[in-house]
Amino acid sequence: MQIAPVMPKSWRVDNKPHKFCPGCGHGLILKCLGKAIDELEIQSRVIYGCDIGCSLLSWDFFNLDTVQAHHGRTTPVMTGIKRARPELLCIAYMGDGGGYSIGVQHLVGAAMRNEKITVIVANNTQYAMTGGQLAPTTLPGQKTETSPYGRDPGATGMPFQGAEMISAIAADGAYVARGSISHLAQLTGFLKKALKNQIDGHGFSFVEALSACPTNWRTDAAGTWEFIEKDMAGYFERGEIKVPGQKEATADA
Amino acid sequence: MSEELVIEEKRVFMTGNEVVAWAALAAGADIMYGYPITPQNEVMHYWSRLAPRYGKNFLQTEDELSAGFATAGGVMAGRKAFTATAGSGSVLMQEPMAMVEMMRLPTVTVVQQRGGPSTATVIYSQQEVALTTMGGNGEGMRVVYSTAGHQDLYDYTIKAFNSAWKYRFPAFVLGDGYQAKMREPLTIYEPEKRGITLLEPEPYVGREGKPGQDRPPAQYRNTYNLEEELYEKLMSDIRDFEKISAEIAEYESMHTEGAELVIIAHGIVFRAVGEAVSNLREQGLRVGGFRPVTLRPLPAAQIKDLVAGVKKILVVESAYGQMARLLKETACGAPCEIHTMFKPGVGIAAEEVEEKAKEILHSQ
Ligand SMILES: Cc1ncc(C[n+]2csc(CCOP(=O)(O)OP(=O)(O)O)c2C)c(N)n1
Ligand code: SF4
Ligand SMILES: [Mg+2]
Repeated sequence: MQIAPVMPKSWRVDNKPHKFCPGCGHGLILKCLGKAIDELEIQSRVIYGCDIGCSLLSWDFFNLDTVQAHHGRTTPVMTGIKRARPELLCIAYMGDGGGYSIGVQHLVGAAMRNEKITVIVANNTQYAMTGGQLAPTTLPGQKTETSPYGRDPGATGMPFQGAEMISAIAADGAYVARGSISHLAQLTGFLKKALKNQIDGHGFSFVEALSACPTNWRTDAAGTWEFIEKDMAGYFERGEIKVPGQKEATADA
Repeated sequence: MSEELVIEEKRVFMTGNEVVAWAALAAGADIMYGYPITPQNEVMHYWSRLAPRYGKNFLQTEDELSAGFATAGGVMAGRKAFTATAGSGSVLMQEPMAMVEMMRLPTVTVVQQRGGPSTATVIYSQQEVALTTMGGNGEGMRVVYSTAGHQDLYDYTIKAFNSAWKYRFPAFVLGDGYQAKMREPLTIYEPEKRGITLLEPEPYVGREGKPGQDRPPAQYRNTYNLEEELYEKLMSDIRDFEKISAEIAEYESMHTEGAELVIIAHGIVFRAVGEAVSNLREQGLRVGGFRPVTLRPLPAAQIKDLVAGVKKILVVESAYGQMARLLKETACGAPCEIHTMFKPGVGIAAEEVEEKAKEILHSQ
């Protein structure tokens, strides 16, 4: 007899197992998101938006009304919905390419205006769906298909600190945090607080989630874990960066 | 508290952009998303002043990509949403409009054409015909009304909302910088009092009930795995579009019956053509005029009829043949001579058209 895995209530079970590769971080982030939605009991009010990139594989993932938009444009689609129907809770789920590269001006625009939406960026240090190219988040020395000799910061810059940037530009009332699939309970907590921030109408909410792409990283389970916990952690710090009503966290606080 | 909108039927004297804002109100638009660009700016200026009075919304976005995608979001939420743009903004608008087409979203976009490409002039042109009718990596499943003046701007902006929501294809009102900035008299009215029923918008997402429990989740994508899957989806949209094309298509014609030469123009250029045709008629010349009001879908049957029964055609436009290409495709195989007068990016006066028409009539 097979025991069915426990899935969040807000997931669709009819089309599981999901379409991500084995060991992919997207499924874990969406599990945390599903739990957060369940615990807040907001399934009837959520509009879930996913992007181009591997996140698009989640267009029928949840028992949630869903819009799968163009690359990086999930933010303005969710902004459009929220502005038209403020009672809805809008989530834009994107990859780091979508959020930090092609869609970065939408992200900045939404944060500056303190749009009452929740943006979640899955940071897997590269463009996964297109076969593993350099992204703004790629680590120095990291090999990708377009940095085959390793990322050279002198030529292509340093890993982009997306959450810190959002924190710097977002107004009071915004919530900004960075979690990781290596710490699921913490990530679920951040997602819950981000959604709560939207429910309470405080302002923009943003969570970056450190994610894994074993397919393009060409890592086994141990290698994947090590890359997230050691390599990525060296550049991307987990924690809450901006919390309404609290003083902003500093890098070494 | 917001006021109730009451538009008394009356003659007014307004700029075209102000007309568009009033027409959007009259059509029951709920929200506009926009990004500044001349000569469309005053649509936003008037709308953002009027909107809060009547409980409507406005959002200035970070660019036209965002304005277009947010408009898509607005209609998905079940609101009448629109945007306005021009020139290089129209170029950016094609990405959202490609998605909007794919998802069959009833957005309304007002385009006030300016001279292109790039920044070029901010004044006037008819150079956004190709973009507005066929821009994007799709098949041009769009409804495009080309207006010839302020009454048109009012009437067709209202109609654009109804067509978009009725057929679930994006609708465009294609004006230009002259219409945008000029003042002209027109009659404004409440559509219902003229017997026009305004269609109610319906939400795509965010309906009543818990998805997966009270109702299936509403899930919209624009990604397809298989060629065949995409083909079926596209062909179904294309068939829908073809089925309704004759119903949507509109045109205006004058003295085409028995004419030796018919002058074809769209938008404001047809005003010059109309004047030229009247003058030429007074001089006893057998000249007619034809104006496709919808550039997408074109009034194909009428164009085919027209070119089958006339010896000579003159196509006049403030672009280098953008409309002519659409016409030629429809008129393909017709035996008539096709003459052209293309002046990309500049206005066209009746006298020039008259002169050109005479030249054509006198040449054998
Ligand atoms: C406008 C546009 N440019 C490029 C692409 C090609 N493209 C598809 S997925 C993708 C990368 C996605 O990377 P990311 O957002 O990091 O998501 P991931 O797949 O890594 O989760 C790109 C560039 C596209 N679909 N649209
Ligand atoms: S390619 Fe990478 S990000 Fe995409 S589904 Fe596979 S593991 Fe996940
Ligand atoms: Mg990525």
